[in-house]
Amino acid sequence: MRSKKNNIFLGIDWLLVLFYFILIFLGWLNIYAATVTEDEYEIINLSSEYGKQIIWIGLSVPIILLILMFDAKMYEKYASIIYVTSLISLLGLFVFGKNINGATSWYGFGIFSLQPSEFVKATTALAMAKLVSEKMFNLKNLETQIQSILILFFPAILITLQPDPGSALVYGAFIFVLYREGLPFYFITVGITALILFISTLIFGYFITLIASLVLFFLILIYFYFYRKRAFKRGWLKIIGIYIMSALFIFSIDFVFNQVFEQRHRDRFNILLGKTADTKSIGYNTNQSVTTIANGGFFGKGFLEGERTKGDFVPEQQTDYIFTTVGEEWGFLGSSIVIILFVLFILRIIQIAERQKSKFSRVYGYSIAAIFFTHFTINIGMVLGLLPTIGIPLPFFSYGGSALWGFTVLLFIFIKLDANRIYEW
Amino acid sequence: MKRFNLLSFSVILISVIYIARLFYLQLLENDYNIPTLNSSAVKVVYDYPERGYIYDRNGILLVANQASYDIMIVPNEVKHLDTLEFCNLLKITKEDLIKKTEKAIRYSTRIPSIFLAQLSKTDYAFLQEKMYKYKGFYIQKRSIREYPVKSAPNVLGYISEVNEGLIAKNPYYQIGELIGTAGIEKTYEEVLRGTKGVKYIQRNRFNKEIGSFKNGVFDTLPVPGKDITLTIDSKLQQYGEALMANKRGGIVAIEPSSGEILALISMPTYDPNLMVGRERSANFTKLYLDSISRPLLDRGLQAQYPPGSPFKIISALTALQENVITPYTTTTCHGGYKYGSGAGSFMKCHCETGYPIDLNVAIYRSCNSYFSNAYRKVIEKYKTPYEGMNVWNKHVESFGLGNYLNNDLAVGQKGNIPDGDYYNRVYPNGRWRATATISNAIGQGEVLTTPIQLANMTATVANRGFYFTPHIAKHIEGVPLDKKFTTPNYTTIDKKYFEPVIEGLFNVVDNPRGTAHWSKVEGIDICGKTGTAENPHGQDHSIFIAFAPKDNPKIAIAVFVENGYWGSRWAGPIATLMIENYLKGKTNRPLVEERMFNGSIQEEYNKQIQGNLRH
Repeated sequence: MRSKKNNIFLGIDWLLVLFYFILIFLGWLNIYAATVTEDEYEIINLSSEYGKQIIWIGLSVPIILLILMFDAKMYEKYASIIYVTSLISLLGLFVFGKNINGATSWYGFGIFSLQPSEFVKATTALAMAKLVSEKMFNLKNLETQIQSILILFFPAILITLQPDPGSALVYGAFIFVLYREGLPFYFITVGITALILFISTLIFGYFITLIASLVLFFLILIYFYFYRKRAFKRGWLKIIGIYIMSALFIFSIDFVFNQVFEQRHRDRFNILLGKTADTKSIGYNTNQSVTTIANGGFFGKGFLEGERTKGDFVPEQQTDYIFTTVGEEWGFLGSSIVIILFVLFILRIIQIAERQKSKFSRVYGYSIAAIFFTHFTINIGMVLGLLPTIGIPLPFFSYGGSALWGFTVLLFIFIKLDANRIYEW
Repeated sequence: MKRFNLLSFSVILISVIYIARLFYLQLLENDYNIPTLNSSAVKVVYDYPERGYIYDRNGILLVANQASYDIMIVPNEVKHLDTLEFCNLLKITKEDLIKKTEKAIRYSTRIPSIFLAQLSKTDYAFLQEKMYKYKGFYIQKRSIREYPVKSAPNVLGYISEVNEGLIAKNPYYQIGELIGTAGIEKTYEEVLRGTKGVKYIQRNRFNKEIGSFKNGVFDTLPVPGKDITLTIDSKLQQYGEALMANKRGGIVAIEPSSGEILALISMPTYDPNLMVGRERSANFTKLYLDSISRPLLDRGLQAQYPPGSPFKIISALTALQENVITPYTTTTCHGGYKYGSGAGSFMKCHCETGYPIDLNVAIYRSCNSYFSNAYRKVIEKYKTPYEGMNVWNKHVESFGLGNYLNNDLAVGQKGNIPDGDYYNRVYPNGRWRATATISNAIGQGEVLTTPIQLANMTATVANRGFYFTPHIAKHIEGVPLDKKFTTPNYTTIDKKYFEPVIEGLFNVVDNPRGTAHWSKVEGIDICGKTGTAENPHGQDHSIFIAFAPKDNPKIAIAVFVENGYWGSRWAGPIATLMIENYLKGKTNRPLVEERMFNGSIQEEYNKQIQGNLRH
């Protein structure tokens, strides 16, 4: 028994590990295609980004081994400490952080930088799992609701202040977890309504939003009056109340946006919402990205044959826009296969999460599935021109050590937890 | 839906949406993905074929190509420029340098534009060794025109940079490209130019070229321009230009049996090489602004003059066709023709006969009375002068007069042949009679023709009733001649009526009393007709039309000398010298020839300028 427990590979889900290595391998091929130049083509080339990525991949192996070596119970036991430590590392950025591309998100170690926010995703998932697995946890309870939201609020606000609002957005993923664990449905309704009102107010202005929502609520009133007479009698005041709340919300968004925010904040939002026609930076990116993908056709141009990839037209192609390389060189066929691989990978995590006996492991697994899914959705949605430009990496594909290691930690803690389920009684 | 299914459901939904989006982008949009050709990713490089050469009918090279060198500038690459040295080298001022650089920057800082255009070979040889010192400047070779024979600029035309209006209309042309702007270069632009080849070059977003786009599947090879052989006889053309020295006017010579234009002379002329090279635009402006001698006006094609007496041929033929006279109808001329009761209704005549004359004598003595009478009979044959005028108009226009000839020359004028409606407009009450239009009979009044129309009319008479549309291209490599140039156009006059008129025309030169007897050439049967057209600006125009030989004519010619006093003074000798030169290859009348070479009407032209200044 003891010898079995010493075997760190015992009980791990090899299918997930296989997915992990396939995705990393495909990701590296695309980084190679996106960054290779005609005069340097050796695979091991430390001055190039594909060369460095090999190092990051190599170094993720000891990280994996380290994660698997720890006792699975440790993660649950020390989740709070790990979480708080990680928050301190975020706070430390405001003092020691290194500014790259306008965001103070990195710790610099000589030639190499580390982005703590990539790891905070994992620590927050641990903290959330710990909270949910507590005996008193009940999401119908206001206190629990507040606790859950605070766990997400702290990392999200610290990351937003870096400022890196894109990465902060990922914490929205936990809505899936909370809903899974019993959050009342109206939270989701209210959340979605608020989001729609928020975006609409910023894009169309408060007046149109106000009128449009008034018409909508009026239609709802009419519907209730004619088809749900009883509900109408009970609830008409509530519907009107909701509308008044919405109207106040709309006014407050407008007020905060125009009076409290500074111009640079407004610019960032406007660009995010595609309101400012910024063809030179953001608009340019999306245009180049979509054109590059379209250029792939069905079979793609072939590995290292993408004209626009070679032409270096897509900015940040090896990081946030890595999927354009897949699109151009591997075409519809290859891109679809990559998407399906991600889907199978995430579904496999959900499947394993659902089979956990420990609530902690289940919530953690569910959290990371939601996080991978959010990254996948936002990144590819942006690259395909369906979502506004939000710079977050595509897991295992985008160039960057911190992101790779962050996702590796995220995944292998779960693999370790899952491997340990045989000891859960 | 169960709560734990929401995430799985979302994952599948999003992936389906994304695959659908990929399908749309990569399979549906990709079908018309060629617009990327216009994108910044692809640089388009043109491969210009050599423009076709132009030869005369005997194979003499008239237009060739020569290398020219443009200094190009890429503004953002210009560094450490020693302006003083650079300006001295290029022989420009510092202001020029600043102006030209600013113009280039306005166009683009990254894309090369022309800094100094069309340097000669000598300039190039000198600059070539020094250009490496000036970063951001380089020399680009181009092909421009060269004219080995300094003759016929009006026929050959010239090429110039295409203007923006044309670029907007015709997508073939890009800014800075050359296009035929006048003469044969314009009418046969597409034949001469060929089709440029296109290469698409992939480049990265720093505009660095990184190879051929899509392995060159969109690339095309240039199609070389085709050579053109003109109908022009260069020797005859040059001879005519020499004869016309210091005189203004036009000469058009046509081969009646084919409609080929043998010579198309417009005077004053200029050296076609002026329209080439660095001085082109300065030279062009100078020629363009010369509103006194107007060298850019092609007088053979564009100048409209009253034809004068040669038009009596038409009056005769019309009257014969309408059966109002026969060749034996006689009229007695008493020094003029009285066509009304008023004292002013009298047309003078200088035929000096005074006895009853028939058609033959009337032609070679150029009797105004005879043709006025014949013309009046044509108009008065019909119930109303309106009707008669229209019948007359129909006959006249069948000679190709009064309308564009619709040929392959870049410019032209309609001239004017009045009809009934024309006079209804002039006399709105409709009360006009044949006598009001009587000047038409002798080619004055409302009738206007261009020299080429008159030459074509002469060719028609030489052919006894038909003509081939006069044209300038004899042969184009691999392209058949337009059918309209090989189909005869018949007049409304029966063939039998031509012989008596031609007899008269023969006597104009042959008969000792003929108006152009002085121009008789031994051994060639020339049929001709002098003309002296009144004009309000000064001395009468000197006109002569002729064809030869009388049977089986080889050449028909119309000569117009502005303010040349009378027909036999300038136009007659010039026309007959040209006929002689063309048919015999040499001329045998050195005295006449000498007088034409050296004779000048410049004094008369100067008088007109002074006259104008005085007003």
